[in-house]
Amino acid sequence: MDITEVPTNQSSKGKKKKNKKSVKAKTKVENMEVEKESSAVEKKPEPAATFPPTFSVSEIKNKQRRHLMFMKFKQEKRKQKLQLRKKKRKEREALGDKAPPKEVPKTIENQRVFDETTVDPEDEEVAFDEGTDEFSAYFNGLTNPKVLITTSDRPRGRTMKFCEQLATVIPNAHVYYRRGLALKRIIPQCVARNFTYMMVINEDRQVPNGLVLCHLPDGPTAHFKVSSVRLRKEMKRRGKDPTEHYPEVILNNFSTRLGHSIGRLFAALFPQNPQFVGRQVATFHNQRDFIFFRFHRYIFKNEKKVGIQELGPRFTLKLRSLQKGTFDSKYGEYEWVLKRHEMDACRRKFQL
Amino acid sequence: MEERSRLCSVWLGSETGILKGVSLDRKQAFNFCNTRTLSREQEVRALCWGDPAESELLLGCLDGTVRTFSTEKGVFTEARSCGDPQEGCFSGLASLRGSAVITCVECGKLRVWREDSSRPVAELDAGSSVCRMRQSPVDPNRVATGGKENGLKIWDLERPEKPVFTAKNLRDDWLDLRRPHWVRDMAFIPESDKVVTCTGYHQVHVFDPSSPRRRPVLEAEFGEYPLTALSLPAAGHTVVVGNTQGQLALLDLRKGLVRGVLKGLSGGVRALQCHASQPLVASCGLDRFLRIHSLEDRKLQHKVYLKSRLNCLLLASRELQGGGAAEGGAEQEVKEEEEDEVWDSMERVEEAAMKRKPGGGEEVKKKKKKAGD
Repeated sequence: MDITEVPTNQSSKGKKKKNKKSVKAKTKVENMEVEKESSAVEKKPEPAATFPPTFSVSEIKNKQRRHLMFMKFKQEKRKQKLQLRKKKRKEREALGDKAPPKEVPKTIENQRVFDETTVDPEDEEVAFDEGTDEFSAYFNGLTNPKVLITTSDRPRGRTMKFCEQLATVIPNAHVYYRRGLALKRIIPQCVARNFTYMMVINEDRQVPNGLVLCHLPDGPTAHFKVSSVRLRKEMKRRGKDPTEHYPEVILNNFSTRLGHSIGRLFAALFPQNPQFVGRQVATFHNQRDFIFFRFHRYIFKNEKKVGIQELGPRFTLKLRSLQKGTFDSKYGEYEWVLKRHEMDACRRKFQL
Repeated sequence: MEERSRLCSVWLGSETGILKGVSLDRKQAFNFCNTRTLSREQEVRALCWGDPAESELLLGCLDGTVRTFSTEKGVFTEARSCGDPQEGCFSGLASLRGSAVITCVECGKLRVWREDSSRPVAELDAGSSVCRMRQSPVDPNRVATGGKENGLKIWDLERPEKPVFTAKNLRDDWLDLRRPHWVRDMAFIPESDKVVTCTGYHQVHVFDPSSPRRRPVLEAEFGEYPLTALSLPAAGHTVVVGNTQGQLALLDLRKGLVRGVLKGLSGGVRALQCHASQPLVASCGLDRFLRIHSLEDRKLQHKVYLKSRLNCLLLASRELQGGGAAEGGAEQEVKEEEEDEVWDSMERVEEAAMKRKPGGGEEVKKKKKKAGD
């Protein structure tokens, strides 16, 4: 028992020392050496516990010692890395202009698997398909968007606030209480009253978690998962409340055919002629199939510099399905359905 | 145009009104249309072969015209008006003894047209909202129709007054409620009188007109979404069905069990067809892809992006691949040569390393096979 206790004491000491003065490596190394000897002494009487030629930290049975050794191992690794980096930098400096260009880091985005549906802007067929789809009336300037926002039944505080704030972002939006009505019954009434969108926010345990966006009168309908909703009140450094001006809309990274459809769906939510006087901008940024929504105001500092101020709310969407026609989850035909474990098996494959 | 159209072994009709041909040998897809006169009015809703030699294609368009496409010349040769666009779009199209054409529209009017006259030779009413009309592969005079709240009916075109067989609705359920009826697609089972249908309520039914029973003799269910298309493979006892969410399954017709699922689709299925001799099934639909699965190992063989939503599909009855015999022969020769090389290089290796020989050889073969594909 005595023998086993001694090294633990020592190791705890070593730990303390390390915590106190992490820079002084020399003393620590000495400490380690002492410990190593002690461990050798400890191991010698046991015939079976001889170290294998390739020593690994995980084989140490004593937890504290193992931890200590592991920390030491990590530190050494880090030191080596830093040295290597220093050396490389020095080399670059020495070479000056002739230095080789820096390597671009590998990210999931730039290693993306090529998608054959990526839209080529010169493609006649896709242009025709998009020119005659359900949104063509809006893009030809024939209709003005009018949006109905409603929720699932009996919404609680947070969801209602989210709806109200969405209505301030989207011009010409009307928030209605659901009153337990079936969506399939609401749709004909909406069409009769010239609504072009129906937006339903679903909530689960007082948290908004779903969004159904249905373009009227003849589809399509998209179903999104909503996450990380941050309301205006919860935002730091937010600006004053948004004005009535029509915002500018930015759609980022919607490159595939499906992405184009979704981008058009979002674009048609807002009136076509933004009022730049209001300096407001709504952004739908797609990254790794997650669509991030942000609402900003430009702050012009002088002729050259411009800043932005977030107005909120912010939320993240993920597409679950795109259905042809108006909302009909049972008998409708789906244009695209997210199939988990089948579609997201490859991390570098994106759908939007 | 001619060369291109001769190469194609898969034909597809799209929602934008473009006829598409795909050559799996060359891995190429062609559009057969005039890009300046594109319109959604010409949306292809039905597709069938105009003659048994498969040199002519018939296209049923949304505006009520039937256009003829010659695969030899690669051009549209003829267009004639078959019915009013107000009657709804085509739900089925078939050719009868060469020049005559059978059309069926959604409102239920089934008509037979001769080549010379603009009036239909025969007309019969198959009830309202017909979803599909199919012709028997054995007896061209025998057609089946069915739709929403409109059960399966089998007609003999020689005697168009009364259907040969009308299906009865399913028995009321355990709450004594009427079960709704919605036939979405059907097929004649070869070498028997039986007809298999799939419904919008995710059931697959087998009807047997030779027996006195008018209700289905077999009922199977798959999934939770409406089944939209079905097709019978050449090797019997099974049926391939597809639904609106892009789930494709192989069902056994003896017991009604799911035999396997074909993966890889992302949108609803609009049309399915199995190859006449090979164990292959082609599917197309709203996700704008043509996919060809093998029925043996249920693996995806080909996937072609065709830029528009696809409505209908037609396979040539010849082999989908290796059509050019000369090309195939040359390729095999090359393969043999390269294999020889591999073996030559192997023999120099010492005894200890000999174990790896067969594995290495096979790998090369596999690679070659892939290249051949």
